[in-house]
Amino acid sequence: MRADIRVALVGNPNTGKSTVFNALTGLNQKIGNFPGVTVDKKTGYCDLPNGSTAEIVDLPGTYSLYPKSRDESIVFSVLADLHNTHRPDLVIVVLDASNLKRNLLLFTQVADLKIPVIVALNMMDLAKKNNISIDIDLFARKLGVQVVPISARKLEGIDNLKSAVSFAGSLALQENTIDVAAIAPQLVSGIKKVVNTDNPYLALQLAHQHETLAFLSEEENEQIEQLERDNDFHSQKAQAAETIARYNYINDLLYDTVTQPPAAEAETASNRIDKILTHRVFGFVIFFLILMFMFQAIFSWSAWPMTQIENLFIWLQSVIHNGLPDGPLTNLLADGIVAGLSGVMVFIPQIAILFAFISILEDTGYMSRVTFMMDKLMRKVGLNGKSVVPLIGGFACAVPSIMSTRTIENWKDRIITIMVTPLVTCSARLPIYTLLIALVVPNRNVWWIFNMQGLALTGMYVLSLVSAIVVAFVMKLIIKGRERGYFIMELPVYRMPRWSNVVHDMYNRSKTFVLEAGKVIIAVAIILWVLASYGPGNRFKNIEQKYHQPQYTKHIAPAELNKIIASEKLENSYAGVLGHVMEPATRPLGFDWKIDIALITSFAAREVFVGTMATIYSVDGDADNIQSVQQKMSSAKNPETGKPVFTFAVAISLMMFYAFAMQCASTVAVVYRETKDWRWPAAQFAYMTVLAYTISLITYQLLR
Amino acid sequence: MKLSQLGIGKKGVVKEFTDLEMSVKLMEMGCLPGEEIQVQRIAPLGDPIAITVAGYQLSLRKREASTIVLL
Repeated sequence: MRADIRVALVGNPNTGKSTVFNALTGLNQKIGNFPGVTVDKKTGYCDLPNGSTAEIVDLPGTYSLYPKSRDESIVFSVLADLHNTHRPDLVIVVLDASNLKRNLLLFTQVADLKIPVIVALNMMDLAKKNNISIDIDLFARKLGVQVVPISARKLEGIDNLKSAVSFAGSLALQENTIDVAAIAPQLVSGIKKVVNTDNPYLALQLAHQHETLAFLSEEENEQIEQLERDNDFHSQKAQAAETIARYNYINDLLYDTVTQPPAAEAETASNRIDKILTHRVFGFVIFFLILMFMFQAIFSWSAWPMTQIENLFIWLQSVIHNGLPDGPLTNLLADGIVAGLSGVMVFIPQIAILFAFISILEDTGYMSRVTFMMDKLMRKVGLNGKSVVPLIGGFACAVPSIMSTRTIENWKDRIITIMVTPLVTCSARLPIYTLLIALVVPNRNVWWIFNMQGLALTGMYVLSLVSAIVVAFVMKLIIKGRERGYFIMELPVYRMPRWSNVVHDMYNRSKTFVLEAGKVIIAVAIILWVLASYGPGNRFKNIEQKYHQPQYTKHIAPAELNKIIASEKLENSYAGVLGHVMEPATRPLGFDWKIDIALITSFAAREVFVGTMATIYSVDGDADNIQSVQQKMSSAKNPETGKPVFTFAVAISLMMFYAFAMQCASTVAVVYRETKDWRWPAAQFAYMTVLAYTISLITYQLLR
Repeated sequence: MKLSQLGIGKKGVVKEFTDLEMSVKLMEMGCLPGEEIQVQRIAPLGDPIAITVAGYQLSLRKREASTIVLL
């Protein structure tokens, strides 16, 4: 879609910026990446009253143009890069009318970059409720920009905002706020020459941020650095001076435009809620209950849609098999690609439900209270209060959770969170655990209400959290921090979740998951299909010939014979050969070559394990029928000893392996993307594999 | 007196900061010299603390609070 004008949304966190974005663009939005960095770029389109179309870009919420996290750093680089095609023609600064003073800091910074600006004065309803009166005309005159009062949650004023955008000119009309050049006169004039700009504030910001900006040339960077040395530039001192100057300007501005009653002594509703929700006992109890409810919901609410999705893909497979001529291409499409797709799609309900919960918890303001309560505990083990969110998200899927670590400002805290998040039991491990637990743990009740199988599953979840914490603690001692950690965070007022935001969030994040994980899983599904469908030399041909001899065709029913052939082909396929090669190494863990094939095939994605088991034990028809896989597996006998293959020890050892091993190509890919250094995913893969092998070894040797 | 020494429900006015890096971050979030601060509560495990400043609530660790000197 082509747009006539590009508009960026800028504002503090918790100002309702996303609500404004959703109100402007509706469902007409997409998530991409800013070029060169892995920061989500939400864009959408908005039809303006004058018939033109605006492209709206939602920039991450920030308190100032001086970034504290990776997400925030994108704001300045988008606004400052004069040659960037993504540079907005117009910026809408969203301000919280009930807390103008702090919100205006960012406005003055953006305004001084001299990009045309419109102010959206959001939360007017709240400001009125708090008896804050704002002389909007005078306010607009003093700033020299259009000021549009809105209440985005109630969709009030959105049309006015749209007309303001359509009337906006291409020239910046805002007044200067502070005398920027006074902060570092020679430096500013020097940089203005280097980068050829007449904007003093841009020059000053470049002095602060030039090292992290991709659009400056090496030569420009060196010249700026030289200028800084010549002028004895101290970044933090200059920042402090600038901030104080800006607040002086803001105080003058607010003096005759805003009248605010003295802060009420009466306890706010939010405070009363906090007394309970962050209570030293009830706080943790409530948090635990919310988590319990969330997991119950994830598993019980998703059961029905998951079955429907599975059935849909099984149906699709049969349509392909019946509709297309037999041949390798049909098989690849049906058994490789569609089967691989189904493996991804089937997790959508669980992921969508989890994201809905996380989005509600964030939107109501509860998540920041969890962060507040858990920070001390998390810090003891090398994490951060903000690590709680990705760790909880890890119960669904490590991929989006690792992406959500971007809110953690501290580099070391963030790396450790990324490193341990894949240990948390994700939804892809669930089918494996379900299958193996059903195989070896009796389905009966203990202590009246607890089901033994349920307890075993709970045990795996608890184990995953404990292991994540232990590993984090060890990493805290190993990894050297580059910067001081700090934890200054706004605790927003509690409010009802905005359901449209929740739906948007759920939809967008699920889509990202499907696209991110889907690409890898499909690719690997194809490779695995090839490995399992072809064998070296003419082994396959020989098998066909062998079973066409009368001693087989006469005594065995054709269906049974086909299964035997398929099973023997798998043993002789490239995957089977690999399994045999691996067998000596995994024997001490209790795994035979068949399990090894599943380990290889499920390298890309854990849930492939069940499908592979189904193929190896040649189950009729659909590979998704867990019941029949389970029966086959429980009756499988070791040909040498005649004893069952899946003993208690083998099943538990296998579960331990899946609990610790990094069997997920998507996670490896996303860790690389987030850390921009292949050594992190490599180290993660290595430590998890070593841990998995060692713990499986110990488990098997102790239990057998 | 430092902010970290202030009891729950008590108020104080920011005088200055003892740490430049922290002061920049705090000021950006509206915690400026001259602003009144009230300690709202302390996290269940004793750290961090929640304060009201400039009309909204902020959470910060005790170590960070100790860089804020009150009048």
